[in-house]
Amino acid sequence: MNPVYYLYLAALLFTIGGAGVLIRRNAIVVFMCIELMLNACNLAFVTFSRMHGNLDGQIIAFFTMVVAAAEVVVGLAIIVSIFRTRHTASVDDASLMKL
Amino acid sequence: MENLIALLVAAPLVGAALLLCGGSRLDRAGHWIGSLFAVASFAIGAALFADMLGKSPEHRALHQHLYSWIPVGGFRADVAFQLDQLSMTFVLLITGVGSLIHIYSIGYMAHDDRRRRFFGYLNLFLAAMLLLVLADNYLLLYVGWEGVGLASYLLIGFWQHKPSAATAAKKAFLVNRVGDMGLSIAIMLMFTTFGTFAFGPVLASTGATSQGRLTAIGLLLLLAACGKSAQVPLQSWLGDAMEGPTPVSALIHAATMVTAGVYLITRSGAVFNAAPDAQAAVVAVGAVTLLFGAIVGCAKDDIKKALAGSTMSQIGYMIMAAGLGPIGYAFAIMHLVTHGFFKAGLFLGAGSVMHGMNDEVDMRRYGGLRRYMPVTFVTFGLGYLAIIGFPGLSGFFSKDKIIEAAFAKGGTEGWILGGAALLGAAITAFYMTRVMLMTFFGEKRWDPEEVHPHESPKVMTIPMIVLALGSVFAGALFSVNENFVRWLEPVTSFAHGHSPLSATAVTSATMVVLIIGVGIAWAMYGRRPVPATAPRGSLLTRAARRDLLQDDFNHVVLVRGGEHLTRTLVYLDHSVVDGAVNGTAATMGGLSGRLRQLQSGFVRSYAVQMLGGAAVLVAATLLMRGV
Amino acid sequence: MSFPLLTATAALPAIGAVATAAVPAAKRSAAKWLALAFSLATFALALVIAFRFVPGAKGPYQLTESHAWIRDFGVRYDLGVDGIAVALIALTTLLIPFVILAGWHDADPLEDTAASDGGSAAGNPRWRPTQGFFALILAVEAMVVLSFEATDVFLFYIFFEAMLIPMYFLIGGFGDGAHAGGEDQAATQRSYAAVKFLLYNLAGGLIMLAAVIGLYAATADQLGTGTFSLQQIVEARAAGKLDLGTGTERLLFLGFFFAFAVKAPLWPLHTWLPNAMGEATAPVAVLITAVVDKVGTFAMLRFCLQLFPGASRWATPVILVLALISIVYGALLAVGQRDIKRLIAYASISHFGFIILGIFAMTTQGQGGATLYMVNHGISTAALMLAAGFLISRRGSRLIADYGGVQKVAPVLAGTFLVGGLATLSLPGMAPFVSEFLVLVGTFSRYPVIGIIATLGIVLAALYVLVLYQRTMTGPVREEVRTMPDLRIRELVVVAPLIALLLFLGVYPKPLTDIVNPAVHHTLSVVDKKDPKPAVQVNAVPGGGRHGHAAPDQDVEAAK
Repeated sequence: MNPVYYLYLAALLFTIGGAGVLIRRNAIVVFMCIELMLNACNLAFVTFSRMHGNLDGQIIAFFTMVVAAAEVVVGLAIIVSIFRTRHTASVDDASLMKL
Repeated sequence: MENLIALLVAAPLVGAALLLCGGSRLDRAGHWIGSLFAVASFAIGAALFADMLGKSPEHRALHQHLYSWIPVGGFRADVAFQLDQLSMTFVLLITGVGSLIHIYSIGYMAHDDRRRRFFGYLNLFLAAMLLLVLADNYLLLYVGWEGVGLASYLLIGFWQHKPSAATAAKKAFLVNRVGDMGLSIAIMLMFTTFGTFAFGPVLASTGATSQGRLTAIGLLLLLAACGKSAQVPLQSWLGDAMEGPTPVSALIHAATMVTAGVYLITRSGAVFNAAPDAQAAVVAVGAVTLLFGAIVGCAKDDIKKALAGSTMSQIGYMIMAAGLGPIGYAFAIMHLVTHGFFKAGLFLGAGSVMHGMNDEVDMRRYGGLRRYMPVTFVTFGLGYLAIIGFPGLSGFFSKDKIIEAAFAKGGTEGWILGGAALLGAAITAFYMTRVMLMTFFGEKRWDPEEVHPHESPKVMTIPMIVLALGSVFAGALFSVNENFVRWLEPVTSFAHGHSPLSATAVTSATMVVLIIGVGIAWAMYGRRPVPATAPRGSLLTRAARRDLLQDDFNHVVLVRGGEHLTRTLVYLDHSVVDGAVNGTAATMGGLSGRLRQLQSGFVRSYAVQMLGGAAVLVAATLLMRGV
Repeated sequence: MSFPLLTATAALPAIGAVATAAVPAAKRSAAKWLALAFSLATFALALVIAFRFVPGAKGPYQLTESHAWIRDFGVRYDLGVDGIAVALIALTTLLIPFVILAGWHDADPLEDTAASDGGSAAGNPRWRPTQGFFALILAVEAMVVLSFEATDVFLFYIFFEAMLIPMYFLIGGFGDGAHAGGEDQAATQRSYAAVKFLLYNLAGGLIMLAAVIGLYAATADQLGTGTFSLQQIVEARAAGKLDLGTGTERLLFLGFFFAFAVKAPLWPLHTWLPNAMGEATAPVAVLITAVVDKVGTFAMLRFCLQLFPGASRWATPVILVLALISIVYGALLAVGQRDIKRLIAYASISHFGFIILGIFAMTTQGQGGATLYMVNHGISTAALMLAAGFLISRRGSRLIADYGGVQKVAPVLAGTFLVGGLATLSLPGMAPFVSEFLVLVGTFSRYPVIGIIATLGIVLAALYVLVLYQRTMTGPVREEVRTMPDLRIRELVVVAPLIALLLFLGVYPKPLTDIVNPAVHHTLSVVDKKDPKPAVQVNAVPGGGRHGHAAPDQDVEAAK
């Protein structure tokens, strides 16, 4: 099978994820969409690794997973604490981080 | 012997250090310590003089090199002294009159609780003045030059609680600094011209350089002399300087410091001899000042200010004589010495009068004092006769010679100068007679209830008597055999002038103007009672009372103008120079305020921005590839 | 390998800073004594440097230390001193003990009068970081000493910039409690002054950083390996291996000069100085003008002239005019000030004009005079400023108009103030006269017109000093100053030695000129300038052998 199809899939997933981040307000959903984008990137990395015949892409994919895992831990904690204090998980309500 | 020269300066310097740093422990003995060091310096001077007389005239100059002061590259300034006949004359005058005035001050300042400091300052003055006349190069002379300026500043402002005294002191220092500018630029010019500023090499090689440079040096030295010697146009400080205690006026502002300008010009004679234009300027300044000072002296009712005008005028004579070149140098110095005696005596007499009159200085509130202060009257009277040039007294010999030399200048110039000098003599006779009549003759114009005139104590009258003796006999002593001229000749060189008038004619003319001056004064102040309040007077009188409007000119042009300038600059510094900086800061602040609005806090708008940014980056990369 | 004397001299105050900061809060006075002890020990080390230094020995730098530091970028830890650096290190280490002594109570807890009406516990003193004050002073000392010693451009740059940090806190953190608007307003003014100081100097420093990197790039390009070493660059140029090119050299010169001109400060980059000196306490003001600012003028001599001789000659006319403006402008503004400390600050601007004038006159007298001027100005301003500080702390006001007749109640204070003022107006017999006259002569011999205009400065100096003295010290005694105490022993210990030193160096400046002269000759030879010859060659006059004995060795030196 032509590896390029995987790249098309990765692009599609990335776009879906990106659209989700921009459109949805629920923090959990935004978060899931970010994960989707990260995994789209992983897919692309693995595909390129296959296409070029070296392992660099796969290694970076592992890195991405580790970073994503760490990010989930921090991100979910923030979301939970926001929900506790404000009783909502809408990202538009949390705009405190400005000058 | 030459090792004693440094001691000459060191003695009063040690005295000053002791008195000024010693603290109140020395309060009770301060005046004795100060006088002791002054007299010690005089004793050393006398010893050196005796030694000098024993040598042949060509080998009299002594030289002492102490150490190298500022050696930087080709610039070499040394602390070195030179004692020749000219310096010796000054040393004896300074230490002699200085010692007498120290002793006089013991009585005069007896009731001042800062007497110790007064003597410290006087000693400091002696040290600086001796340094001035003993230096062997212009830079060291400059140190003494400003040193006497400092001492003068401290002493004029001695009664600092009086705002007028503090202002007068400041004014004296500032005007002198303008003159000092001339001296320092002259030294720089000497350095670039000759590569040195020691008297010996500079004065010996005036022939090797262009006349333009010499004229410039001469004019700059003249500027310096004008400042220190209160010559037009830098004369305005001397009248105000009378705010200082009277012994200070006698020592600094009559006998010694103000004559430093004459010393400077005489010492630099070689420069002036080779620069006729500079010499002409010196003569002009001297002639103008001798009339200026005399006119001012006629109008003042303050006894000290009248004497200050007279000092200005007499120094004008000396400067004019010094400007005449070799025919005048010796007479300038001779008049300087005799003037030192009689003017110091007159000032001490004035001080004695003030002492007995509760510090009253207005002559319109004196009158008939001869009966109450006989010693003061006699000594003051002898000084008076000397200054107007009464035959046989000091002033007669020295002033007559100057008038003769002025005529000897030759041509129209000689007639103008001689005429000015004669006119000056007439005015001198007028204003001094006026002072004499208003103070010692006529009706009492003081309130016997409040004022009890009395003779001063011995410690004050003895110096006055000594000075009076000097003003009687010094002139004759100097003139016998041309003693003084021959004494100074190795240093200043001397040439006989060829006057179009014979000596007898000049002397008779002087006598005639003298009698006219005295006569007019007698008619105005002797025959008629003197009003206790000054009449309005003519336009000239009123202008002369205000120092011929020079202060008003200074005030309007320099003081007001300067105030406006500094105020404008302060404003500009704040609004323009600093404003530019603060403006930049404000612009940056405004810009960042705008940019801040992009930071809305909404996560999704950030995400859009990131997306946009990423898209731009990708597009840019692709485009670059495409190219 | 001998004992690293230069490192030790810089390390000692640094250690002292840490030690002082570590003293427990309760033991305030122990911290003060510790700081004083360290500063005195540093001065002792500086004296050792001065005695170990051999004037006129071979090579431009002595007591050198050299270690590789950041190999990849050719940065080295290179230290070395020439005569100019020795003089300035001596000045710095000399002044710090006086600064510490004068500031003995400046950082004590505030007797809080303002807070009592605010409801907080009355009489409860407000805490201030006393230890920090003295630690910061020592830290500044360490960095200033290092920047005088560094012969590596990058190393110099680091300390040149780093000293801003402690200075920022010293200016912003401690005031003299003499502000008309109360402590709150004073705090606002102080932080404004501190930020202004920091921003000005940082801006200068960043431009210099660009030039430093540019210099590295240029050397890397032409020599193969990049270097920051001053000596290496000077030698490479002399050997013809390095040619920056006219345009590059001028740009780099401007980058360096800008930073130094801000620090010095030169008109029109001066406006931070009056603010900083006005708001800071008197000892800190002394630290600014007498110590930190000297790094700027020193660096002009050491780096601007030696790294970029061609560009220095190119820029000379403009810089001379700016210096001249500084002299006259600073003096005129000093006349117009109402605040004692700001007046002294503007006077300093005028004096820095003289220093820069002397440096760029490119004559032996000019540069020698400028170096002496740095030392003498440090001492004289310290004397005047510290005396002014004592005055201000007694009355609680910096305004000249609030004083009058002090001379009557506190004669010793007035006397020291006057002597400090007379030194500032360069009275002959005091040290500043020697240096000012040398600068004027040096300038005059090459640029007569500029020399003459600069001489105006001596009249204006007399004006602002005497007006200040007249308004504060003379006249009738004002009610507010009637109870003013005279100088205390501690205060007398601070000013008396400074005055003694001013007099000594005025009468006998030879020790200083002997150290400085060879370094000036070296700088001038790098810039390739010779003194103008006098118009007339005067031969020794018969009987005037007095100039002979000093002449031969001097001429040999000049020939080198």
